[in-house]
Amino acid sequence: MDTERRLDALVGAVADGPVDCDGLRVERDDGYAVETPEGRHEGLDEAALRETLAADERLLDNWWTWHRLDGSRRAFLRWVEGADERPVDERYDLLEEGLTAGWGNLWIRVDLDDAETRRYELRHADDAAVDPADLTSFDDPLDLRRPLKFDDDGRYRPLKTAPNAPTGWRLGGLTGRDCVEAVDVAYPATVANWHRERTGTLDITHWRETTERQTGIYGVVEELPREAVEWVAEAACVDSQCLKRREWQYDEADDLAVDGGDGQFPCREPCSLVVAAARRWTTLEREEERTYELTLTPSEKEQVEAVIDAVADGTTDEIREADVYEGANRYRTRYLRAKRLDDEGNLCGVPTDPGDD
Amino acid sequence: MTDHRSQALVVVAHGSHLNPDSSAPANEHADTVRASGAFDEVRTGFWKEEPSLREVLRTVEADEAYVVPLFISEGYFTEQVIPRELRLDGWDVSAWDSDGLSADSATLTAGDVEKTVHYCGPVGTHGSFTDVLVRRAESVTGDPDVGRDFGLAVVGHGTERNENSAKAIEYHADRIRERGRFEEVQALYMDEEPEVDDVTDYFESDDVVVVPLFVSDGFHTQEDIPEDMGLTDDYRTGYDVPAAVDGSRLWYAGAVGTESLTADVIIERAADAGADVGDAVERVRDSTAPEPADD
Ligand code: SF4
Repeated sequence: MDTERRLDALVGAVADGPVDCDGLRVERDDGYAVETPEGRHEGLDEAALRETLAADERLLDNWWTWHRLDGSRRAFLRWVEGADERPVDERYDLLEEGLTAGWGNLWIRVDLDDAETRRYELRHADDAAVDPADLTSFDDPLDLRRPLKFDDDGRYRPLKTAPNAPTGWRLGGLTGRDCVEAVDVAYPATVANWHRERTGTLDITHWRETTERQTGIYGVVEELPREAVEWVAEAACVDSQCLKRREWQYDEADDLAVDGGDGQFPCREPCSLVVAAARRWTTLEREEERTYELTLTPSEKEQVEAVIDAVADGTTDEIREADVYEGANRYRTRYLRAKRLDDEGNLCGVPTDPGDD
Repeated sequence: MTDHRSQALVVVAHGSHLNPDSSAPANEHADTVRASGAFDEVRTGFWKEEPSLREVLRTVEADEAYVVPLFISEGYFTEQVIPRELRLDGWDVSAWDSDGLSADSATLTAGDVEKTVHYCGPVGTHGSFTDVLVRRAESVTGDPDVGRDFGLAVVGHGTERNENSAKAIEYHADRIRERGRFEEVQALYMDEEPEVDDVTDYFESDDVVVVPLFVSDGFHTQEDIPEDMGLTDDYRTGYDVPAAVDGSRLWYAGAVGTESLTADVIIERAADAGADVGDAVERVRDSTAPEPADD
């Protein structure tokens, strides 16, 4: 550790005003006054100040680490190592071994390298215990952009905070700044919005305001009925679909009944994916309801429900090939189609439009 | 603290919920600008991807943000959607005082961050974008001197969707024609005359480079245009470059916005708006030049 450099910086900083960081307090009065968890020293000249500070390298390094960061980056990295709760000595003991935190599906680890500098590593949480040799290593946060575009099945992920980030990679040896940068690649703006929320400055834009702002092909979305907005939130914004905690409501004084979820970071406004889907739902909701008479056995009715559930929950892949006890099993569904859909694909032979008989 | 006001470049683009490659040019050009070191910080923001236009400015640390739209023409997105979503206070399109091709920049503040935002005109209407079209022709033919005995077609949407989009196409076609480098230069459209379907009717030259004036490859550049021109019956089977069509050889270039020199125009847009970019324009011009072909 370059103690001299840290001391120079601290002496320089005190010239601009008192320094106060995690139990270290330095100010100028008659000479310098230093307060550490060990006690208070007053009337020190610069040499004595340096000597006193050099006696607790961890306290000095802790100040040095945090004074070079500010805003959401500083707040986030402090949160990663629990800096607001853990005293410096205890924290540095833990850092020697490595401290971990989770952010959505990310696993973040921080420890001290040979020069006693913090180094960060990022992985998918499911890979936390995997041998690093079995993971693809990257070292530039921007290298994550491409892999994170696709899920483990190679499908494009249009929503970065969907809980389907791919596994199999690691990003190691990061500085604090790069760590935040990488988190921002994975979940853009979540650190900034989390910080705003913690400092009471999160700007939430509710459904009404968001949809009233839309123009062009999205102008229609404001017509979506109030009741349907509940279904939108239930379809897209619950924890199983999105790691953000939905903080937006129908309107400032009109909360949605659907739970916003338990995500660590807030969603402050309906996202573009939800607005685009809502455009489709707005068109569909314009249709009048009709009564159809469909004849099904009780098991067939339940099977239709099971198929809807399996598709909505994304579990069709999990149903075993020969498990014909599952309603959404492929053979069961093909049998139902053979029996209940006519040549035009009409359920129970009932045309969608009455005139099409 | 430093006495120079830190500056960020923010490239804003459309992006897509369906096509993973839509955002690739914006990211690649941002990387090129980042590597040039001309800005303290380089970020990207998208209409359909994240960070969204609504939230990109809050990820910026710098005091000054130069926002450059990676769009081909002035219109709905550059005049309404982007300024609205970025919450540019007091934005009015008259600030650009543009005839549809001459948007430069406007200096504003944004409603959710304490920064100065320089909102620049789109990449596609900058004079230097003509050079990108030419560079694209060089890249696709592998000939840095391409021009002699070659025709060049610039292809885009017609006026139907946006009057300014046709203006941008004609603007660049005219400029390339004036340079006299290509035997013939013709603007062609997807939905009106002169139509890209009849490309070979409009050229005498045996070799014609066809450059679509689009920011990124997608449905139009990869499916529509190749099929319309008869490069292939089915885009999924691909096509040859060059491909023989009606006795001509068509060198289909794909979206011009994927050409790496586009990064240079992005820097120029910001420099025109007052960013201090040093000699980055020249350096990027050199660094994005195609490697001379091996003998
Ligand atoms: S609107 Fe819903 S789906 Fe979109 S980011 Fe917010 S919580 Fe997630």
